[in-house]
Amino acid sequence: MRLEVGKIFINDIRFGESTHVENGVLYVNEKELIDLFIEDDRIKSAKIELAKPGESVRITPVKDVLEPRVKVSGSGTNFPGVVGNKVKQVGEGRTHVLSGAAVVTVGKIVGFQEGIVDMSGIGAEYTPFSKTLNICVVIEPEEGIESHAYEAAAREAGLIVTNFIGEAARNLEPDEIEVFETKGIIEQAKMYPDLPRIGYVCMLQSQGLLHDTYVYGVDAKKIIPTLMNPTEFMDGAVISGNCVASCDKIPTYLHQNDPIIEELFEKHGKELNFMGVIITNENVFLADKERCSDGVAKLARLMDLDGVLITEEGYGNPDTDLMMNCKKVEQNGIKTVLVTDEFPGRDGKSESLADAVKEADALVSCGQGNIVITMPPMDKVIGTLEDIETMIGGYDGSLKEDGSIEAEIQIIISATSAFGCNKLTARMH
Amino acid sequence: MSKLKVVHYINNFFAGIGGEEKADIPPREMQGFVGPGMALDKSFGDEAEIIATVVCGDSYYAENLEKAEADLLEMIKKYDADLFISGPAFNAGRYGVACGAIAKAVEEKLGIPSVTAMYEENPGVDMFKKDLYIMTTGNSAADMRKAVKKLGAFALKLANGDEIGTPEDEGYHVRGIRTNYFHEKRGAKRAVEMMLKKVNNLPYATEYEMPDFGNVTPMPAIMDLSDKKIALVTSGGVVPTDNPDRIESSSATKYGIYDISEYDSMPADKFTTIHGGYDRTYALQDINRVVPLDVMRDLEKEGVIGELADYYIATTGTGTSVGNARGFGEEYSKKLLADGVQAVIVTST
Repeated sequence: MRLEVGKIFINDIRFGESTHVENGVLYVNEKELIDLFIEDDRIKSAKIELAKPGESVRITPVKDVLEPRVKVSGSGTNFPGVVGNKVKQVGEGRTHVLSGAAVVTVGKIVGFQEGIVDMSGIGAEYTPFSKTLNICVVIEPEEGIESHAYEAAAREAGLIVTNFIGEAARNLEPDEIEVFETKGIIEQAKMYPDLPRIGYVCMLQSQGLLHDTYVYGVDAKKIIPTLMNPTEFMDGAVISGNCVASCDKIPTYLHQNDPIIEELFEKHGKELNFMGVIITNENVFLADKERCSDGVAKLARLMDLDGVLITEEGYGNPDTDLMMNCKKVEQNGIKTVLVTDEFPGRDGKSESLADAVKEADALVSCGQGNIVITMPPMDKVIGTLEDIETMIGGYDGSLKEDGSIEAEIQIIISATSAFGCNKLTARMH
Repeated sequence: MSKLKVVHYINNFFAGIGGEEKADIPPREMQGFVGPGMALDKSFGDEAEIIATVVCGDSYYAENLEKAEADLLEMIKKYDADLFISGPAFNAGRYGVACGAIAKAVEEKLGIPSVTAMYEENPGVDMFKKDLYIMTTGNSAADMRKAVKKLGAFALKLANGDEIGTPEDEGYHVRGIRTNYFHEKRGAKRAVEMMLKKVNNLPYATEYEMPDFGNVTPMPAIMDLSDKKIALVTSGGVVPTDNPDRIESSSATKYGIYDISEYDSMPADKFTTIHGGYDRTYALQDINRVVPLDVMRDLEKEGVIGELADYYIATTGTGTSVGNARGFGEEYSKKLLADGVQAVIVTST
């Protein structure tokens, strides 16, 4: 499968009469965007706010971050199988991206696990979304609404708004075009017979109950491991529906721009042969863990891989999935590198993971999430600071009178993301 | 700028007060530097000075741990020091343990940055490396000159609150503390590079060695519960509605003990869960789903269990460090034992 990704570089966002792009500036119209979803009974009111890198702005509680894209040619639409989009195979043809812009869904807490994006100050150093031009969809849920319904409403609003904005890229001339292609297994293997065949096992958060991911609209709890073409992610086949601890949350944006896929393609055909992606889940039942880790190892073997990278979303319980995947893949003679983050306590003295196997001898750390930092007050808050002290990483006394926040960095969106999107790491002192 | 005030700890031998036969002398204090303190003081230049030296015999310290520590702290406290240094102890075992113990006590109880130095095989290293920076030294006092120079320079950094580098860069024993830093390359790039090395059988260094959690041997099963006192313990974050102990929704540093003696079932208006790691919807509908008081009361009435303890114990499991969890367990199990509890049911979420 072959996908051309055409990037239109966006260097500013502004409100305008309509949603369109002009000279690298993305204009959005608040009413136009809100009208897309406001008839939803679950939503009481909504507004759109803009946040740019370097501004004294704090966005919280952030639920998801998405990138506006549009399918220009090839079958399907961006985010297939959800919000009324037809379930059509994606990953081929051409896709346009409004690169540099992002849609951020914000609104009062669903379940403790949403986080913070600071656009400046020390907090901004930890999140990739302090560098994007953010169109914030701030949602006020209907009173008394059940939390699952609220989560779904916010998620769907984000997807609808993102795709609407993405349409603005349809007829634009991209500033840059990249081509990504993966052949059928046999042909792909023959293409670079002397290079190691490398795969990528992407573990999707699926602990359930506000910890979900959707694949072509299917709840990832209900999948068994399957093979994906890397380009399918670029067309939004996998979306986040979760409120997992915000530091290691994989927002939809990171599925669309998976850094592991990017780095594998970077060396594809030169130092390695990138064969494809295996997705699996992180269910809470042991039987599911056994079934799916068996499935991962089997697919890796069927693809005749020499090595796989394995990423995790979340921590604690899914550490067991990570270790089971690692062990079983290694037992099949296939080498593994794990990418995850660490939670050794605020003093850094405890074990960093909840589970361990001896086969896990190659691990990349995306940092330890328990480190406490103090983020300065911001001039403007998009959303609310109401829930800071009960959000994961916050605690009694986290929110200071002057508006500064002292909290573990796990309160910051994607600060220790195990997709390896950041430079943060940990070492032994 | 005024000089930083330093208090130095050494044993009787280094203080020039006899040898082994005097190792039983109790703590005493002396003004200014003594023995190896002279070189240490010199290494500070104009930045700091040793204003007092406290001395204790190694045997005395080992045999009177609490008293020696209390007396020494009393002496050290009044100098209002900016920095505390003990040793270097090289490979002297009892001296190393004393250096570690007093430095830890000074740092924790007086809040003064503290550092010591000793040889890698000194038992004091393993005992105190998690608590302190312990600089590396050779195995004997022949290394004194080098050891003191390194110790002095590092101590100043510590007192000034400068950023501390890696064990290799600074020359301290690896403490086992996970610290963050920004790498020049993002994680995904490092992962692909590590994979290429591993798959090509080239040397690579993992960024985190797998921990050894150790094993807890389970107690033998209880065959008859009818005369046993049972308690409920949960990591499910169930607390009285106002969360009186302010237990965190993740990364708990506390646990709570809550009275349930007057209830036959967990009342939804009196208890809640503040756990941030799972969807609370179903727990909030019926708190018994996490703290199964209703069923336990039934079993109590039916005589299946002897009695249920008057309270349950709760913390939040998500993100809570193993160290904290271990500490909670060690602490509250004493209470459980003292209250005659013979078995606990631990519910997780």
